Amino acid sequence: VTGARPQPTAAYNMALTMSMTAITRPMRSLLGKKSSLRKLRLNNEPSNHLQKRCAAHFTFVPDTAPSSEGETARMNLYQAVTNSLDLALARDPTAVIFGEDVAFGGVFRCTVGLQDKYGKQRVFNTPLCEQGIAGFGIGLAVAGATAIAEMQFADYIYPAFDQLVNEAAKYRYRSGGLFDCGKLTIRAPSGAVGHGALYHSQSPEAFFAHVPGLRVVMPRGPIQAKGLLTACIQDPNPCIFFEPKILYRLAVEQVPLKDFSLPLGKAQVLQEGHDLTLLAWGTQVHVLREVAQLAQDRLNVSCELIDLCTLTPWDKETVANSVCKTGRLLVAHEAPLTAGLGAEIAATIQSECFLNLEAPVQRVTGFDTPFPHIFEPFYLPDKWRCFEAVKKLLIY
Amino acid sequence: MAATLSARLLRTSVRKHRNLIHRGLYRTSAPLNQQDGQSMSQTPIPPLEDVGPPQFLGLKCDWTEKLRFQAHVATEGYPVYRVLNRDGKVLDPSQDPQLPEEMLLRMYRGMTLLNSMDRILYESQRQGRISFYMTNYGEEGTHFGSAPALDDGDLVFGQYREAGVLVWRGYPLPMFMSQCYGNELDECKGRGMPVHYGSKKYNFVTISSPLATQMPQAVGSAYALKLAQKNNCVICYFGEGAASEGDAHAALNFAATLDCPVIFFCRNNGYAISTPAFEQYKGDGIVARGPGYGIASIRVDGNDVLAVYNVTKEARQIAVEEKRPVLIEAMTYRIGHHSTSDDSSAYRSVDEVRSWDQKDHPISRFRKYLVRRDLWDDDKEADWKNETKKQLMQAFARAEKLKKPPVSYMFTDVYDEMPPALKEQWDGLRQHLQQYKEHYPTSSFADEPAQTD
Repeated sequence: VTGARPQPTAAYNMALTMSMTAITRPMRSLLGKKSSLRKLRLNNEPSNHLQKRCAAHFTFVPDTAPSSEGETARMNLYQAVTNSLDLALARDPTAVIFGEDVAFGGVFRCTVGLQDKYGKQRVFNTPLCEQGIAGFGIGLAVAGATAIAEMQFADYIYPAFDQLVNEAAKYRYRSGGLFDCGKLTIRAPSGAVGHGALYHSQSPEAFFAHVPGLRVVMPRGPIQAKGLLTACIQDPNPCIFFEPKILYRLAVEQVPLKDFSLPLGKAQVLQEGHDLTLLAWGTQVHVLREVAQLAQDRLNVSCELIDLCTLTPWDKETVANSVCKTGRLLVAHEAPLTAGLGAEIAATIQSECFLNLEAPVQRVTGFDTPFPHIFEPFYLPDKWRCFEAVKKLLIY
Repeated sequence: MAATLSARLLRTSVRKHRNLIHRGLYRTSAPLNQQDGQSMSQTPIPPLEDVGPPQFLGLKCDWTEKLRFQAHVATEGYPVYRVLNRDGKVLDPSQDPQLPEEMLLRMYRGMTLLNSMDRILYESQRQGRISFYMTNYGEEGTHFGSAPALDDGDLVFGQYREAGVLVWRGYPLPMFMSQCYGNELDECKGRGMPVHYGSKKYNFVTISSPLATQMPQAVGSAYALKLAQKNNCVICYFGEGAASEGDAHAALNFAATLDCPVIFFCRNNGYAISTPAFEQYKGDGIVARGPGYGIASIRVDGNDVLAVYNVTKEARQIAVEEKRPVLIEAMTYRIGHHSTSDDSSAYRSVDEVRSWDQKDHPISRFRKYLVRRDLWDDDKEADWKNETKKQLMQAFARAEKLKKPPVSYMFTDVYDEMPPALKEQWDGLRQHLQQYKEHYPTSSFADEPAQTD
């Protein structure tokens, strides 16, 4: 049964656009939950200028699943998420999916078709209240159900901060293991999207990385999204799964159809190199992949590229081994610099690899400002800022 | 590719429907969902009628031409349901639950046992033997009225002043003491403050300090019970102060919209630490909020253990059979200080406290009822007091002598397995302790368990 269900296709999407509601769906997903038809009307004829503004700041390079993984299908990231959720509901009769607007398929279409397939008891809308969603999910997990909650945007996870930090993270510890909410997974779209401004762009992973008891995970593409999300759902610890929303439609890969998971707590070395280690997660991995190419082409430098995958507890061993070999480390993330996850990594690596380091660890990140609207191209740690940091590392 | 395709379709659709959008006819997408694009644009819109009820989504009400704000002036409050008067007399015989004698006595014994335990542990905190304590004085009726009306399989989420529920369920005295001492018998492994009890066996979810966080959790657990088709419900206790938290709002609304078998049990004891209830809310207490969420709601005299029993029994039936939430507001009075860190004479009069303690105490009221029924007398009272005191002092002395759990328990249970980085931190501390042993209270902690890897 599992994996055999056909995925939403372009034709399926087209069929949906025959109804008026289908217009609102991609629009809401492009513009965020506060937007309306009325607003879009004002700029329904995009200019060259607009298209340029929306151009992605990276190039997505698909992964290839080994042929041993069996049959594959072409999926973008949101479809890979749907596939993982579908398999979770099929595998586990206690699993439920809930959040704001998930019943009709979600504002990013990650839950399309699931309510029809599994019923209203298992895939349902909640009232618009993030602390309620998190608390409700904890309660489900405490009573033994598999709870898969959605926060519509990572930017809106803060009302649930108390439930996640004081409750979810500490449940097992404080009860001496009598109770836990390990069956809870929180999914949240995160990261820059081109025009999301302050509240549709944030990368809040560092807030949660400071909390013992939580796992924070972020995929870089569809195969990983499916494998890591499945792992989070099955992991006996509360997990926060941040989905880079700019990749939802843009990232397309051949994803294995079988039910599989990828290991949590393990970084992935995507490209071997010997001069320099580049470390990132989510969308930023693709930025650094281009940086590695630039460094190769322009400077004849060989970069080792690592995707951290699990952000907390993170895989110190893989990163430290790489830096001991290359002697140089660049960490890049979209979130602001101060007390970002890059700070933790830089401090740990200088402590672990002090004698191997040839240059201070470089951090290329968002600035210590809120995430801006029109200034996004200047805010992001794009390939040119990262490339410049690579040069600095080399000439130190 | 997919993105540009849908963007194009989107643009053409917007162009096509621009006139309709201008006229603001898209009130909701729900009915439009069921129609295809063509017939939709041809559906005639009926003219607005002067007659007939309003048709706003999610409303059932009438029009009015009178400008009048609701509840602008406080009207009469919800009545307080009671069975016994202060002399322990049943006011309306049809309301006496006719509980078996054995059960009545067990309730009374539990209430007085809790009261004795509170006295001993309160004093022990005053002597610095445990770090913290919170008594249940005056609220024993809410615990021993509600707990017997539940099934022992019903899951309890509490705040911190509900130890009586555990007493009713038979949680052993040594376990209460062990938790307060954080000794090696404490199932919570000495990690939480005293009175943060928890028990898997007795279906009592471990207490945590952040207020009201248990409320939406209780709703989620109730949903899980419903999904698993269990004939059990969840009961969630909280104070009237906690009801001001955002999580209380979340819980009530989620419980109602998602049809969860949960009983919200509010202990309205007049104070949240120093804050009197009249600074906590302006409405008619907590019970009046229930109907706003579409929740069956009732107010009960929390010092009348039989009234609390009746109300909880009925609430459980609604929750389990109809799969929907119920709100109970039990009116009572916090006779003790908020906690051992609080001196309540700084914000309320001793006379006020004395009046509740002497004139309207749940234990004395229930005792009068039992005496009226010839089930209890002074001799029995004296015997029972002696017996419990002995039991309590024994448990107390044993708990004090036991060692604390091994230090490695500081690192376990953060995750299901200790992550490598955390293992390194524990190794670091272990080495540090070897070197600086004399500066730490290691001798009062149990030895490390044998390695099992």
